[in-house]
Amino acid sequence: MTELTNLTIAEALDGLRKKDFSAVELTRAYIHAVENSRCLNAYTVETPEIALRQAEASDARYAKGEGRPMDGLPIGVKDLFCTEGVDSTAGSRILTGFKPPYESTVTAKLFADGAVMLGKLNMDEFAMGSANITSHYGPVISPWSKGIKTQRDAHTSNGGLLDELADAFRQPQPVTEWEWERKLVPGGSSGGSAAAVAARAAIAATGTDTGGSIRQPASFVGIVGFKPTYGRCSRWGIVAFASSLDQAGPMTRTVRDSAIMLKSMCGFDPKDSTSVDMPVPDFEAALTGDIRGLRVGIPKEYRVEGMPAEIERVWQQGIDWLKAAGAVPVEISLPHTKYALPTYYIVAPAECSSNLARYDGVRFGLRVEGKDLKEMYENTRAEGFGAEVRRRIMIGTYVLSAGYYDAYYLKAQKVRARIAEDFAKAYEQCDVILTPTAPSTAFAIGEKMDDPIAMYLNDVFTVPASLAGLPGVSVPAGLAADGLPLGLQLLGRPFDEETLFRVAGVLEQAAGPQPLPPFLG
Amino acid sequence: MSSDKAALNKEQVAKIAHLARIKVPEQELDHLAGELNKILGWVEMLDEVDTAGVEPMTSVAAQTLRRRADVVTDGGYPDKIVKNAPDAAETFFSVPKVVE
Repeated sequence: MTELTNLTIAEALDGLRKKDFSAVELTRAYIHAVENSRCLNAYTVETPEIALRQAEASDARYAKGEGRPMDGLPIGVKDLFCTEGVDSTAGSRILTGFKPPYESTVTAKLFADGAVMLGKLNMDEFAMGSANITSHYGPVISPWSKGIKTQRDAHTSNGGLLDELADAFRQPQPVTEWEWERKLVPGGSSGGSAAAVAARAAIAATGTDTGGSIRQPASFVGIVGFKPTYGRCSRWGIVAFASSLDQAGPMTRTVRDSAIMLKSMCGFDPKDSTSVDMPVPDFEAALTGDIRGLRVGIPKEYRVEGMPAEIERVWQQGIDWLKAAGAVPVEISLPHTKYALPTYYIVAPAECSSNLARYDGVRFGLRVEGKDLKEMYENTRAEGFGAEVRRRIMIGTYVLSAGYYDAYYLKAQKVRARIAEDFAKAYEQCDVILTPTAPSTAFAIGEKMDDPIAMYLNDVFTVPASLAGLPGVSVPAGLAADGLPLGLQLLGRPFDEETLFRVAGVLEQAAGPQPLPPFLG
Repeated sequence: MSSDKAALNKEQVAKIAHLARIKVPEQELDHLAGELNKILGWVEMLDEVDTAGVEPMTSVAAQTLRRRADVVTDGGYPDKIVKNAPDAAETFFSVPKVVE
């Protein structure tokens, strides 16, 4: 049964339609994989009962020949999405036990298209982080970490006479455990989503990207992460971090799978005032493999100082692959690239300080009492938020405060306009932009943790497009010398996801089959 | 460093923490001031960018905010609204006493 979890979305849909296996069988295989991957800490909540119920409904539809676009596919849901009646915590202590009485638009659409929910996936607290180390539920361990696999019996005997007797008749319950040599981060903030998809503990997962939170973890674990144009996916029911940047997207093992899943995730939603009322293209149909004559922009400012030679090498490899397929590389300039990160670290905290004001211990989540109302707020928020979230709320509060608003926030909004302008100009010369996704391979849990700015630099290649609201995708491009995955990023014009899919498909084809993480070895 | 962006001291950090409604123990203020100053010092490189005449970018979507008719489209389920409240009295959110 384990081989079922190796199928891509496209293959699984094919098998389900041909009745080679049932949705319940596929779901059971994944429930087992989820249990076996508990040592990665990718899931915060497992929902096998919901999954089996949905899978049965799916099989009933297949029996009637009414299979839907995602019917019977077991996915994981990032815990930033509100799921009706199921804990939705955004990785934060302040939302412990919160069971939304509503369903986010994106997950509602996926379930309406037949997707099956395996559970909720771990993430950086309120999506603030690039390593999945700020979660209240502990870090996620990348399936690329090195370790020794051991098996033990799940049952522990108390040693009494009755227990011994019972033991004699009991089937052993083997549990796989890992003794990690070096625990690597899966990237963040969609770290649980990335780890689960790479470890075959979900056929795909939802992610959200504010400054790179889909693309960077996809690069770290060797999967495809697609962030659509801002406005494509409804943000309704997604816990808000920075509203002018947040956007949901699929995290999958192949480009085709991303195309299938994204189609189910996006579309106009009157409940989100920033949702765009545009037809949703058939993204899968865009995968023609033909990129002859396409102009690929190579931004010279992305050759940052101190970038590892290996990143340069993989980038060049990507250029060569596209050239071989008939595309034309064009050097472009995005002069304000180096100002993107500092701009982001004003805009995002400002929006987060405003969005997170709703967590005050009154309407939902944690409450820590105090001598009066104000102290109750202060105690609740001090204990409910982790260090990184507190830091960003305070930066945001400061840059929005009277006297500093113009110097910081207004200035950042103007620089943001400059950054967006850079891209608009670049797209007069090229159709798509190719860059590395991240400036390094995955690092170990514990590294880079004492310096916030060093941590922020992980998003140096993903943040500029986020500020401009552009679509972007990270495609696996092989392994670095340290044996860890590296991704290439493609950025497109607004609402031109189709070109991105087309080029991403070519890159994927050229890169060839990708090695499996040691966890599956 | 421009005059309106002097480094944050302990008192200012305490003030920001209060405005953000986050309790910060006295002994952590110095450390936090150090962290915040480091980040604020770093973002100051934005002063190098000439933004004269640039309109601040408030939204990435090239559309004006949609409006809808001012009518009730949802509601009528107070039990659902207070379901997650840490302390609900019937269908009300309850808070510590705010009047004498």
